[in-house]
Amino acid sequence: MRIRVGHLYPDYLNIYADRGNIAVLSQRAAWRGHDLGVESISMGDRLDPASHDLLYVGGGQDREQALVARDIAGKGEELREAAASGVAMLAVCGGYQLLGRFYRERSGVELPGAGVLPLHTVWGDRRMIGDVLLACELEPGEPRTLAGFENHAGRTILEDGAKPLGHVVAGYGNDGSSGSEGCWAGRIVGTYLHGPLLPRNPWLADWLLAQAIGHQTGETPTFEPLEDSLEGLAHSVSAARARARGGKAAR
Amino acid sequence: MRPRLPLAAGMAAARVAGRVSRLAGAGGGTTLPGKLLNVLDPTAVRRLASRLPRGSAIVSATNGKTTTAAMVAEILSPKVKLAHNRAGANLLSGIASTLLSSNGAELGLFEVDEAALPDVARRVRPQAICLGNLFRDQLDRYGELELVAERWRGVARDLDPASVLVVNGDDPQVGDLARERERAVVFGLDDPACGSPTLQHAADSKWCVRCGTPYDYSVAYVGHLGDYRCPGCGHARPALDLAARAVEPHGLEAVSFDLVDSEGSLRVRLPLPGLYNVYNAVAAAALAGVLGASREQIRSGLERFDAAFGRFERIRVGDESVLILLVKNPAGANEVVRTLVAGGPPRLAVIALNDAIADGRDVSWIWDVDFEPLLERLDRVVVSGGRAAELALRCKYGGFPETGIEVVPELDRALDRGLELTPPGGELVVLPTYTAMLSLRGIATDRGWVKPYWERAA
Repeated sequence: MRIRVGHLYPDYLNIYADRGNIAVLSQRAAWRGHDLGVESISMGDRLDPASHDLLYVGGGQDREQALVARDIAGKGEELREAAASGVAMLAVCGGYQLLGRFYRERSGVELPGAGVLPLHTVWGDRRMIGDVLLACELEPGEPRTLAGFENHAGRTILEDGAKPLGHVVAGYGNDGSSGSEGCWAGRIVGTYLHGPLLPRNPWLADWLLAQAIGHQTGETPTFEPLEDSLEGLAHSVSAARARARGGKAAR
Repeated sequence: MRPRLPLAAGMAAARVAGRVSRLAGAGGGTTLPGKLLNVLDPTAVRRLASRLPRGSAIVSATNGKTTTAAMVAEILSPKVKLAHNRAGANLLSGIASTLLSSNGAELGLFEVDEAALPDVARRVRPQAICLGNLFRDQLDRYGELELVAERWRGVARDLDPASVLVVNGDDPQVGDLARERERAVVFGLDDPACGSPTLQHAADSKWCVRCGTPYDYSVAYVGHLGDYRCPGCGHARPALDLAARAVEPHGLEAVSFDLVDSEGSLRVRLPLPGLYNVYNAVAAAALAGVLGASREQIRSGLERFDAAFGRFERIRVGDESVLILLVKNPAGANEVVRTLVAGGPPRLAVIALNDAIADGRDVSWIWDVDFEPLLERLDRVVVSGGRAAELALRCKYGGFPETGIEVVPELDRALDRGLELTPPGGELVVLPTYTAMLSLRGIATDRGWVKPYWERAA
């Protein structure tokens, strides 16, 4: 099967090795006999909500993110339509902030986001930088962990009814105090974790691929496991780093 | 106000600390004495630097500052006694240590960390600053590229009008610093045949520094370094005062080029490979010229240059050799890969990734390196360092067969394994990050293959 991926702003939002995430999705799809077709959707391009199974938005430096912000707000309607129709999404760092309702700058000015996720982000004066470890449970009865790296000044506040992606075991998370990290809504995942995220957390890559196939076929598959010992080793080293030296959330 | 210690007392105490550090096996003592001196006397660097009869010069860049400064030293050192932080201790403490241990020096030559540049420049008051390039590097430590660029703009603004600013015109952010400055030298490359018409993956500074429109590149040499023009506002590469032309690589051994300025052209054979080293050599030539070196001194200095510490270093191990090529960020690593592939790629490589503060704790940058051209030619890769498994994944998801990947986190064992796999008389290529490089050199020293760096630097 051909899984149709839309990669938003790959030329602007690519600061945290986002192509690593795409490489993992592509290879793991291929090892299961599927073909990942990746289309770039950048500044001024039209986003067709019906022609993608998975949308990916990465992170950028402030300058690039400011250039993208206005454009993505203009694609808000199409993105919300895609979300409502069950398109899977992964948004990392800057991309995560951009999927929210707004970003409030230091000056108090609010830059509108795409309005896909029920959250907003406010500027903070201290960057939250370090290794992170999360506990998640996207499938009932299947607790998992995610290990990554965070580097953000914005504090993201989940609004009423929003679910976090996970709970912070070590690190800062959304705002450095609530103990929550990321946002999860149906087939959509937003998070500050990069590193990149998917190579050392292959279960999430598989979950996203299954959701993308679910969008296309109406049936979300259960995959046979792959040989993931290198991934497991990288995960355990990264998790140990978070436990030893991750940021301390003020809880 | 705190009573100030006499400078001599602070210096004496700090020198003792350096000896203690070496005796205790804590390394070369290249930063501890300076740290102590700066605590004892915060004005020490300014006062020591002001005693240098010929003043000081500073080199900074994301990539190539150690090599560029070492080239300048090679050009000048037969004639001028230098205070030079050769071992790469490039924060204020390292500068202070160098000044402490350089009795009778005439000229200060300092490579300076990009982020430390404003503070060091304010104290040292250099007669010349050479700025090479700005690439994304260790976002967890330096913050975003734009923050460093803003600091550099401050340095250029505050620099004494009588001092000379030497800049790489091929880097839009860096070249723009010399605009409206009378005493400036702009250098760059001018040989479209050795570049590429498109930017590499993850190029930085793609957007006009004035208006934000993407630049048009007629040629890109290394990352975003090249000949650019903004189709929006017309901001373009400034005219080059000193340029390298007719670049001709000689495998992994050397590269030749013409060094061209308004007075004429000079053919140079640099005994190091890689376009990035051509940039380093042109930068060094430009700065050395400002510091009074003749054309002949520049040529002969560059032609007898021996690679800087761990940057391109061959170590003999019996009949075999180990070639160490430092990798520390995407732009630099891409050039190392490109040079290896062009110069005769190896079948085996040891790649070592650490994540100490000096390496960057965030290891995601390895995914922005175009390792693929090298991986396609390798039969086997030994990954090492504290984050060896991340490198293994980088290779695996880059399409390298998992059966060809060996994970050996301990550096000494990885080196042994690499040598074991190296055919008799062959060369083992090792690509370490910064602290992995220091450890590898430490292993080489312990085994008697090389002299310790603080002896070599003496």
